[in-house]
Amino acid sequence: MHELGIVFYIIDGVKAAAQDNNVSRVEAVTVELGEVSGVVPDLLQDAWNWAIKREPIMDEATLFTEVQPALNQCDDCKETFSPTKFGKTCPACGSPNTHLIQGSGAIIKNIAAR
Amino acid sequence: MTEADEKKVRIIEVKESVFAANDEAADKLRSRLKEEGTFLMNVMGSPGAGKTSTLLKTIAELKGDISVGVMEADIDSDVDARDMLDAGIPSIQIHTGGMCHLDAGMTETGVNELQAYAQEETGAPVDLAILENVGNLVCPAEFDTGANANVEILSVPEGDDKPYKYPLMFETTDVVLVNKIDVMEHFDFDKKYFEDGVYLRNPEATIIYLSAKTGEGIDAFASWIKDQISVYDLA
Repeated sequence: MHELGIVFYIIDGVKAAAQDNNVSRVEAVTVELGEVSGVVPDLLQDAWNWAIKREPIMDEATLFTEVQPALNQCDDCKETFSPTKFGKTCPACGSPNTHLIQGSGAIIKNIAAR
Repeated sequence: MTEADEKKVRIIEVKESVFAANDEAADKLRSRLKEEGTFLMNVMGSPGAGKTSTLLKTIAELKGDISVGVMEADIDSDVDARDMLDAGIPSIQIHTGGMCHLDAGMTETGVNELQAYAQEETGAPVDLAILENVGNLVCPAEFDTGANANVEILSVPEGDDKPYKYPLMFETTDVVLVNKIDVMEHFDFDKKYFEDGVYLRNPEATIIYLSAKTGEGIDAFASWIKDQISVYDLA
């Protein structure tokens, strides 16, 4: 259910960008979701379709979602790798000291607008 | 053809985190609380993990040293806030209106309400404001509430595999409380497996085993809180 809360934040972000850029109508919004962000694209889409009806500037806007792959970096050998494939242990040197550097966030990438 | 159609579609690069506005509000709340000398602790955990009963016991242990108030966040009802008030603890109820988590804005409104209530009832704002978040292991971890410390309560019956299944919750938490250790012998709860999972997500985490029912371990959690607050006050 957090998708609904996230949609409200996306809408606020889009509205701010629309105002900054003198936009009269938003046609589409592209959001990049981290692979391990825990945001489910289908649920986000459902929440979006419901929430935009209350926003005249974007009440028919299409939501596009792209997945940003998760990436861990090894603190010891600096190798980067996919944690969804290898877990938290570095596949290059076997070190357990690795941390996520990408893939937990959600970013409003761009908007298509008139 | 409308006026809008005549204008050409253009792509505007935004490249801003969905959580940017919330993160900003959370940082603002944190600096305000610092100025006012209030420590905000966000408590998360599944429904039934024992958040309310653990807090009741812990607050009793802290009594006399630190003044404490609680914000109970739920989708509906006020049963938790009533339990707190019955125990003589300043408490307010926050309704999330169907949402599964609190964000920094809602938390700030709650803090204002709690401090106004404490001021009226006890003559002073509280030193420690506790936010008992909505019972859920996923959503509350995604939104920074503006808290100074994040606490996760997990109970033995929920199982030792939770750090593996809910990584973000265990990454964002400062202390993990394992509640209901009085029933440990009836469950296949592998402490080593559990601890490995927690440290995998968060090598800095503190793990405290306790039972809100028997009171075992509550003193350890109370002194953890006191340590956090003394470091906060000095900083």
